[in-house]
Amino acid sequence: MAFAQDLRRVRAIVWKDLTTERRSKAGFNSVAFLGVLILLLFGFALGPDAEALRDAAAGALWLAILFSGVLAFNRSYQLELDGGALEQLLLYPAPRWTIFAGKLAANLLFVLLVEAIVVPVAIILFQVKSTAGWLPAIGVMLLGTIGFVSLGTFYASMASRSRAREVLLPLLLFPMLIPVLLASAEASSSLLAGDPMRDAGAWVRLLAAFDVIFVVASFLAFDYVIEV
Amino acid sequence: MNSPGQTLKLSGLARRFGMRWALRGVSLEVEPGEVVGIMGHNGSGKSTLLRVVSTALRPSAGEGWVFGKHLVREAVEVRSHIGFLAHSPGLYDDLTATENLIFAARMLGVPEAQIPAALERVGLAREANERVRGFSAGMQRRLALARMTLGSPGLLLLDEPYNNFDPQGIELVNEVIQDARRGGGAALVVLHDKRQGERVLDRIVELGRGAVIGTNAVDGMMAVATAGPA
Amino acid sequence: MSHAVPLETESPPAAVGVTRPIEWLGLVALLALVGAQLLGVLTSPPDRDMGHLQKIMYVHVPAAWNSFIAFFVVAICSLLYLWKGQERHDLLAASAAEVGTVFTALTLALGSIWGRPTWGVWWTWDPRLTSTAVLLLIFVGYLALRSFVEDADRRAQWSAAVGLLGALNVPIVYMSVKWWRTLHQMQSSPSTVDPEYVVGLRANGIAVLLVLVYFIMKRYRAARVERLAEQLEERAALEGRDHA
Repeated sequence: MAFAQDLRRVRAIVWKDLTTERRSKAGFNSVAFLGVLILLLFGFALGPDAEALRDAAAGALWLAILFSGVLAFNRSYQLELDGGALEQLLLYPAPRWTIFAGKLAANLLFVLLVEAIVVPVAIILFQVKSTAGWLPAIGVMLLGTIGFVSLGTFYASMASRSRAREVLLPLLLFPMLIPVLLASAEASSSLLAGDPMRDAGAWVRLLAAFDVIFVVASFLAFDYVIEV
Repeated sequence: MNSPGQTLKLSGLARRFGMRWALRGVSLEVEPGEVVGIMGHNGSGKSTLLRVVSTALRPSAGEGWVFGKHLVREAVEVRSHIGFLAHSPGLYDDLTATENLIFAARMLGVPEAQIPAALERVGLAREANERVRGFSAGMQRRLALARMTLGSPGLLLLDEPYNNFDPQGIELVNEVIQDARRGGGAALVVLHDKRQGERVLDRIVELGRGAVIGTNAVDGMMAVATAGPA
Repeated sequence: MSHAVPLETESPPAAVGVTRPIEWLGLVALLALVGAQLLGVLTSPPDRDMGHLQKIMYVHVPAAWNSFIAFFVVAICSLLYLWKGQERHDLLAASAAEVGTVFTALTLALGSIWGRPTWGVWWTWDPRLTSTAVLLLIFVGYLALRSFVEDADRRAQWSAAVGLLGALNVPIVYMSVKWWRTLHQMQSSPSTVDPEYVVGLRANGIAVLLVLVYFIMKRYRAARVERLAEQLEERAALEGRDHA
């Protein structure tokens, strides 16, 4: 009963965040465009050799996602900080986890939408040949995104309320995401090549473990950091 | 020592920010239907007091109860009894007036059916479907007032509700407080000019340097001075 | 009415009484370090491949071990702070993080100096070297957060959460970096050590541990004194004497 009420609150936060985001399209458009831009820059840096591009595709794609997606997280709290909305948000008789869950879900949808634009562009620009393993590669993408977004949402709850928030968030977040970057890039390149080494499974398990550990940890820790 | 029938009881409440004590032991009791004005110079701790009572800030020392619920240990229950009008309106600019209240109603868990009436009450019925971004400061304050009354909380906390408000706005604040009082609700109102709230205030507590330095009954009102620990 | 505001001053640390044991510890740590270094350098034969360059190991390896210990202290203190909310755990975590950062940086610098003649490059993506670098980055993020947040309660609460999550990540980082390297079939640093080096390494490990403890205690005392000064100022403010 109380739980159903809390889920309605989570839905309300997702609805509010996404409605706001939809109405100020500037945010989404510029984040997605930045992702595409980073891919293009990688293409220039790596040169036009198709083989080199194909090898670097997964890594470049993930860097494009990290560097563009990281802009979304502070935005989602900036919305609360303008005009003192955060204070009101914290005064509703709702447990703190509902706020984190709502922010997390909204950010997840946001980043997945960015990926829906950036991934096809990467496939075209880096001349990725389609072989087997599309579906598992999407699964890897999803797992990596969950890890990325849960930690990003968590760290942004602090960084957005500190001095120098633009630089603090990547400084805190990116070192933590090195396992996600390694596992996602390795697993997706391996899967797109038909998993010749049979190593994708281990990476997927690592990603899944990372997600479980840090989703739980950030839910637990959010209670402590949002209050002060 | 705390009864559920009592709206608010504070005992030795203190709060520090870094090395500065904004509150230094405030004790106060408020009965149902009582409207208490809080006055004092800038930096005397008025806003801090409201924010501690609202559970937005934890007290550094001392205790408090709202309807018998402890401010720290039962903060979630306390929040369901409180309506807070802060300095800043705390609205979402890209949502319409109605949508802002829908969000609040869903977070509070109260029926959305009361929203049209709440907007009507603060005179925003015609602007219900306009985005808050285009609202003047006064209109935003009105909308925040409407949000505060959603779910008819038993304790209203208003932080300088009269400031920079036109005469109709001041009248509206007093009517909203009067409405709440008729339903048994109490209110703490931070204000600078007591004439603005004279009509609704039962007594005025004066803060100085984070402590209660005086309690006055407002003329024409039956007021019981209950400052200090019983 | 009285303003019964309890001050959270644990009785001021017996400043004079505590100073001496710490300085004694410093002296012991220094002597142990000199002794252990002499022991290591004098007893070990020149390495077959690397000659006397191998002796850099006597600082590099102990520094690496002890930076992990420092990280462990940060994690435990962060957990204790979130659990009990006592300031001393926050200050201890901060002190351990500062000293740990220095030790991690030292580990990396020495590893790099060792790697140049050994591998012919200043940097190699060796699993242990790489995960130590990630450890340094996580430490730096922690310290950056501390320096960017002014409010003491907020800083303590936030950095405890960040410290704890960072510590949780250390084994995952290590595992992922190791897999990443082994899959690419690159050389890794020799993991076996000849027995004649072991005694020297262990002795230096203990000596550096003493240095670590001494540094952390020194930093912790400095942090305590700073907080005490703040609290005295609070008390002055409470008694009605305005501070500037």
